[in-house]
Amino acid sequence: MMRSNGNSVEVENLVKRFGDFTAVDRISFQTRTGEVFGFLGPNGSGKSTTIRILCGLLHPTSGRATVAGYDVVQSPELIRRNIGYMSQKFSLYADLTVFENLRFYAGMYGVPAADLRGRIDGALEMAGLRGRESSPTGTLSGGWKQRLALGCAVLHRPPIVFLDEPTSGVDPLSRRLFWELIQRMSDDGVTIFVTTHYMDEAEYCNRLALMNSGKLIALGTPTELKLGSIQGSLMLLDCDRLGDAIELVRRFDGVRDAAVFGNALHLVVSDAGVAPAIRAALEADSISVASLHVIRPSLEDAFVALTTRHDANGASESSS
Amino acid sequence: MDDKTVVVRDLVKDFPGVRAIDHLSFDASPGEIFGIVGPDGAGKTTIMRILAGVLPPDAGTATVVQCDVVRDPEGVKQLISYMPQRFGLYEDLTVDENIRFYADLFGVRRQDREARAAELLKACGLREFRARPAGKLSGGMKQKLGLVCALIHTPRVLLLDEPTNGVDPVSRREFWAMLYSLVGQGVTVVNSTAYLDEAERCHRIALLHQGRLLFCDSPARLKSRLQGSVVSIVSSEARRVRDELAAAEGVSSLVLVGDAVHLFVDDSDRRIRDLGDRLTGSQIPFDEIVRVAPTIEDLFVEAVRKDSAHGVA
Repeated sequence: MMRSNGNSVEVENLVKRFGDFTAVDRISFQTRTGEVFGFLGPNGSGKSTTIRILCGLLHPTSGRATVAGYDVVQSPELIRRNIGYMSQKFSLYADLTVFENLRFYAGMYGVPAADLRGRIDGALEMAGLRGRESSPTGTLSGGWKQRLALGCAVLHRPPIVFLDEPTSGVDPLSRRLFWELIQRMSDDGVTIFVTTHYMDEAEYCNRLALMNSGKLIALGTPTELKLGSIQGSLMLLDCDRLGDAIELVRRFDGVRDAAVFGNALHLVVSDAGVAPAIRAALEADSISVASLHVIRPSLEDAFVALTTRHDANGASESSS
Repeated sequence: MDDKTVVVRDLVKDFPGVRAIDHLSFDASPGEIFGIVGPDGAGKTTIMRILAGVLPPDAGTATVVQCDVVRDPEGVKQLISYMPQRFGLYEDLTVDENIRFYADLFGVRRQDREARAAELLKACGLREFRARPAGKLSGGMKQKLGLVCALIHTPRVLLLDEPTNGVDPVSRREFWAMLYSLVGQGVTVVNSTAYLDEAERCHRIALLHQGRLLFCDSPARLKSRLQGSVVSIVSSEARRVRDELAAAEGVSSLVLVGDAVHLFVDDSDRRIRDLGDRLTGSQIPFDEIVRVAPTIEDLFVEAVRKDSAHGVA
């Protein structure tokens, strides 16, 4: 069943306009078979519009998109039969038992009767729900529900699975189990397409695409995005009197941004060589500095830096 | 004790068939962002509702600025601002009208409210949207407007129940910047979240699991308790790295995270050398092998694993 050749999701010069608003603005990307691909962006960046196009629910204005080899405009039904979709808001029927939910979704996805038992067994095994077939779904904890939802979403063995904030609100142990399941599916060649606002989910992706204002502004591995996002260095400043300290460093030459982060400050500096001068200036103001050192940007730092830079550039473009 | 603005002692709350809060104690001080951290069902919302004086506990005590939530729930309401998960914004009213509505509700004097609204709207980047109906704002903007409405009066204690749920990272930063500026003015913020990366931003956190307190301390001190350390290996062939090192000596567990593998090891200095040599010997390429700071998630996973191990024994 698996398509071993080619990319699973291919998007070329995709555009979607609503009236005179361009929600998706000439984006192109391709996912690789079996990769966990993260699709990120702030609210209103065009992310959801793109997903709806990819699932065959919305026609693009121009450009081309294929999913599992099928064109989104010509064969939306074939696409829906070849993808799985799961979100935290995935509707399991709380009053139905685990088994009844699986049977319901198997029917909906047109799983052949001959395969039914085997598929349901497989899903129970995967979700770790063997022995709980007759439990009402409503009595399961968040982690179990989420694994059952995934089991339901892949009963028809789709080569591509779309996940929308799949682990939102579940406990960390369940979250790790969930990503282990996803990893195993991806080892078997299933392509996983993840959308999320949460950077700890994004960390699990092999590659990430970042959308902003309808445009694709970055594409790379999590490490590439982290290292490539900050122009200059990110430093952690651990000192007392944070309020005074932030005022002081913001006025400092070579400090491009400063933000409070818990009990410390994060500074974006053009060059880490400026550190001794910052430290001296703080100490001259009798702010005691416990430490000031370069840290690696987190995925969130990367996300914020890339989108705000894009916003700033966009603003200067449109005003010129 | 006197300077504590929130004091919770031995709090218990039962719902039919489930103990939502199980003998919980913690306190919070002025100028502090205190995080109530845990997954859905851990009891976060129940605590918030008890602190807001809208849900009586079954046992134990909770006071807000020395005001007992059971004996004087109305008194508590004068001292706090409570932003529940679904904050009641009027979708048909504009940003300005929503703010005016809450200012009336909280009895904020007319001469004070304009300046305060302007300051808050500026801080959260909503100034250009004052005339827009709340229903037409994005998710992040709605959350920020909720915060503005909750802050139109000056509470001693601000209770925020999962305020950044569904909010993108850029808006979340602005939201946090507002919180830091508030605590700078001496407000106590009690903030609940299911996201452990958000927990890192709080001054102190209470980590909850099924109504019980796992830990309560600052994120840095909590992390220093974790035994062993975390090593990250970045590789274009992360799966091969995972399979090669799954049973390596000194590695207690490992997890594939995107283009990296995180390994929990007993002694990072020694293992970094051994593990690196082993990958080189097996001709598995890697870009980097470094010790990384453990996260709150690592701590939580360790604690829950130990907890359930005890439960079995």
